[in-house]
Amino acid sequence: MMKLMKCLQIDMTKCNGGRNCNHECEAACAAKVIKSNDPATAALHITAGADGGAAAVICNQCGDCVVVCSTDALKRNKLGVVLLDKKICVGCYMCIGFCEQFAFQRIPGRMEPNKCIACGICVKACPLNALTIAEVPQPEPRFV
Amino acid sequence: MSHGEPINKERKHCNVDFTLRTEYIEGWEAIRAAHRLVVEVPFTPSLPQRGYNNRTLYVNFSTNEIKEKPVTQQMKDIFIGGRGFGLWRLWHAVTPKTRWNDPENEIVISPGPVAGITQYPGSGKSLVVSISPQTDIPIDSNVGGYFGPLLKFSGFDALELQGKAEQDVILFIDGVKGIIRIEEAPLEPINSHVLAEVLTRMYAESEEDRINVSVVSTGAGADHSLIGMLNFTWWDKRRGCIRLKQAGRGGIGTVFRNKKIRALVCRGPVIKADMNHVVDFETIAKTGIKLHKEIHNNDPHQCVMRRNGTAHIVEIMDAYDLLPTHNFQYGSHPDTHKIASTVWQARCTQMTVDGCWYGCSMACAKGADGLVLKTGPYKGHMVTVDGPEYENAAGLGSNSGIFDPDYLLELNFYCDTYGMCTITWGTLCAFIMECYQRGILNLERTGGLDLTWGNAEADLEMMHQVARGEGFGLIAGQGVKKMKEMFITKGWGDPQLIRDIGMENKGLEYSQYLSKESLAQQGGYAFTNKGPQHDEAWLIFMDMVNKQIPTFEDKAEALYYFPLFRTWFGLNGFCKLPWNDVVPSNNSQQPEAHKIPEHVQNYVDLFSATTGIQITKDELLMQSARVYNFQRIFNIRMGKGLREHDRAPYRSVGPVTREEYESRAERYDKQMRDDIGIDPAGKTTDEKIAIHRKYRTDRFEKLMDVVYKRRGWTSQGVPTYARIKELGIDFPEVLEVVKPFLG
Repeated sequence: MMKLMKCLQIDMTKCNGGRNCNHECEAACAAKVIKSNDPATAALHITAGADGGAAAVICNQCGDCVVVCSTDALKRNKLGVVLLDKKICVGCYMCIGFCEQFAFQRIPGRMEPNKCIACGICVKACPLNALTIAEVPQPEPRFV
Repeated sequence: MSHGEPINKERKHCNVDFTLRTEYIEGWEAIRAAHRLVVEVPFTPSLPQRGYNNRTLYVNFSTNEIKEKPVTQQMKDIFIGGRGFGLWRLWHAVTPKTRWNDPENEIVISPGPVAGITQYPGSGKSLVVSISPQTDIPIDSNVGGYFGPLLKFSGFDALELQGKAEQDVILFIDGVKGIIRIEEAPLEPINSHVLAEVLTRMYAESEEDRINVSVVSTGAGADHSLIGMLNFTWWDKRRGCIRLKQAGRGGIGTVFRNKKIRALVCRGPVIKADMNHVVDFETIAKTGIKLHKEIHNNDPHQCVMRRNGTAHIVEIMDAYDLLPTHNFQYGSHPDTHKIASTVWQARCTQMTVDGCWYGCSMACAKGADGLVLKTGPYKGHMVTVDGPEYENAAGLGSNSGIFDPDYLLELNFYCDTYGMCTITWGTLCAFIMECYQRGILNLERTGGLDLTWGNAEADLEMMHQVARGEGFGLIAGQGVKKMKEMFITKGWGDPQLIRDIGMENKGLEYSQYLSKESLAQQGGYAFTNKGPQHDEAWLIFMDMVNKQIPTFEDKAEALYYFPLFRTWFGLNGFCKLPWNDVVPSNNSQQPEAHKIPEHVQNYVDLFSATTGIQITKDELLMQSARVYNFQRIFNIRMGKGLREHDRAPYRSVGPVTREEYESRAERYDKQMRDDIGIDPAGKTTDEKIAIHRKYRTDRFEKLMDVVYKRRGWTSQGVPTYARIKELGIDFPEVLEVVKPFLG
C-alpha cells in the first residue's frame, strides 16, 4: 500500500511573490515556529522575480535528508512529515548541503538547523489562500 | 552464535536484514564479572576551548600511575596537536636505544585541535604514534572512528600509554563521570569484531549511549606478529553493530599487546555541534555546508566516493597499468573486473551512513554486510566487513593474484579482526607468493602451504596460522624485511633477487601503487619519514598521467610541498580524502589546480576559526615543516633517517625480471631509445634490464639530491642548521642529534 505524507504546497497562480501581500506566511512561520522576529529565518521563502514571476522555496518532504542524516535525528512522523529531533542532532548540516529544494537552513547563532514541519501556520496566514497542506504519496527513500 | 534483536524498522530501509548478523553479546555479564579493578582515578571532565583542553593523559601500565600533563604554549606553537603532540611526547619517553618492546616505548593517541568538529567532512581522525617493531623508528597512523574526538571531549588532547601490565588489562576513560580505571580483563574475547562489540555493550549505560562509546583493540594476529594494527570503533546506529577503522601501518597493535593492553574504552559526552568551543562557529558552519553541497553536486560524476568508497579506483589503476599485480611485477590483469568498483558497489550496503565521524558526507567507510565466512574460527558466521578499501582490494586481491570478491572480503575481515594491517599483509603475501613462484619457497619450507598466485585458501590459512601462533604464519608475520633476511641467511635464493622483489623500505611494506613508471612516486614512497605509505605523497597521476611535473626540479617541488601539506592533516585530526577526492567544479581553471586551492583555503579557515590563530597557506605549510623535520631528526636519533635509508627496492624503480621486461618490452625499448639514448636492437633482455637499471638507479639518486636540497637537507638527508633554526625546532636535544652529521 502506498504510504502518504502531509506536505506544504503552493499555488503559484495565487501567490504573486509578495507583491500583493506582506509575506505574512514567512512572518507567521518565523514568529510562531522558528520563534524569531526575522522573516528571513522562516522555513519557506517566497521571492518575486525580476521577470514578473515568483518563486517559492518550500520543503516537499522528499526525505533525502532522512537518508543522509548521520545521527538518525531526522525521521518521518505518523503523518509522513520529516521532523528533526534537536536533542539528537549534532549540527553536521549534511541535511542542508544535500537538500535539493534548498529548504533546509540554519539560522546564524543557532546550532541545530530548521525545516518545514508542515504545521499549516503559514497556510492560515496567507491572505491569498495560495498555500495548502496536501496529502500526497510518500516517495521511496533514494540514494543521494 | 546467537541471533539478535527483532527486526527494527529503522534498519529496514538499508535493504539488508541485519538481524541475521552473528552477534557475540551472549555471556558478557560473566566476562564483566571477572574484571578486577587495578586502579581507579577520578578526574574533572572538560570540553576544549578553541580546540584545546590544554592537558594530556598519561598512563603507565607497569606502575599503574595515571596523571595529567599540561600542554604548554610551546607544544601548541610548534607541534599543533595530533601527530605533532604524539611525536613530542614519544621523543621524551624514549632513548636512542629504545626498541618497540621496551617498557618505555609509548603509544600516543592524539586527535588534534580541529578534530571533532561535526560540520566539515573528514574531521574526526586520531593520530597514533609509537616506535615501530618493523622499522625501529617512529610510526604514525591516521585513523577514523570516534575514539579521538571522544577522548578530547572527555578532557584530554592526547593519551600517552607507557609501561607493561602483568595481566591483560582494559583502560576505561569515562568522560561523563570523570573516572579513569585500569581493570584486569581475564575472560575477554581476543579478536576485535567480537571484543569491541562486547565492550561497547559493557561500557555503554544504555542502548542510546552506545554511540558515545569507542573501543580501541586488536586481535590474535598482533600477539604473534610484528604487523599488528589497532581497530578504532564507532557504533553504527543503523546497522546496529560496531564498525572498525584501522591504525594499520607499522605494528602499533603489536606494541599494544606487548603492553598487555586488551582494549582502551572511552565513554564521552553526548556530541553536539560546538564541542570544541571554537572562536568563529559561523565560518566553520559555512565552510562545512559549502563542502557538503560540493560533495552532493560533484561526487556522483567525480570519484563516486559515497557509493564506492576508495575502491572506486581499482579499475582506474588497472587502466593505467598501476594496479599492483603479482607482487608489483605488473600493473594490470584481465580479471580486474571481478574486483572492480561495480562489484563493491553491489556488495556494500547503500543508503546508509558510512562516515567514520559525524558530518562526513564523503562517507567512504563502506560496509559489506551479509558475508558468510568459509574458513577459520568464525566459519559459518555472518559478518559485516569494513571495506574493502582500495588498498585491500589491490593488496589482498590483485597483488596476490586473488580476484574472488568473497575470498577478498574474507581476507579483509580476518585481517581486521585479527588486528593485522591489510596493506602490510597484501604486500608480504605477494612477496611470499613470488618467492614460491621462483622456488625460493616451496611446500616444505612453507610447511605445506601451497602459496601459488591466487590461492586464497592458502593465504587465509597462513593468516589463521598467525592468529594461532604457529607454522609458516609466524614467519610471514615478521614482515618482508625480516623474511628477506631469513631467506637470504638460509640460502634459499639469490640474495640480490630477494632484495629486489621484497617491497619494503625502512622495514615497512609498500602500499598498493605501482611506482615503476613514476619517478616522483618512487621518491614519494622511499623518502617518507615512516616508510613507504602513500599518505605522504601520492604523485603518480600528477607525474605519469598528467605530466604536470616533468623536470627534476618540478618533482622536487612536489616532493617538498605535498608531504608537508599532507602532514598537516595529521596535526589537526583531518582526513586527507575530502581534500582531493572531490574538487570544486571550477578547480581546473584555478592556478595550481593540483593543490586544490579552494580546499586549502577551507583548511586555513577551519584552523583559524577553531583556534583563533589566523594563519595563511604559507603558515599552514610551516606548521607541517616543523613537525616533519622534527620527525626526520627523530628518525636519525633512532638510527635511521639518512640517505641510505631512503633507497628503494629495485622492484619499485624498474623491471627486475625477464618476464617483467618482456611483458612491457615495447615501452621499455622505447624508453631506452628515447630517454636513455641506446638502441635496444640486438640486445638480450638481461642486457636491456641492466641498462635500465643503471639509468633508473642513477635517476633516483639524482632525484634524491634535488629533493634533499629543496627540503633544506644535506646530501646525507640531514636537516641543516639553517633549516632547523628557521623552523624554530633548534632545541638543544634536537641539535645534539644532528651535530655528528653537520659538525
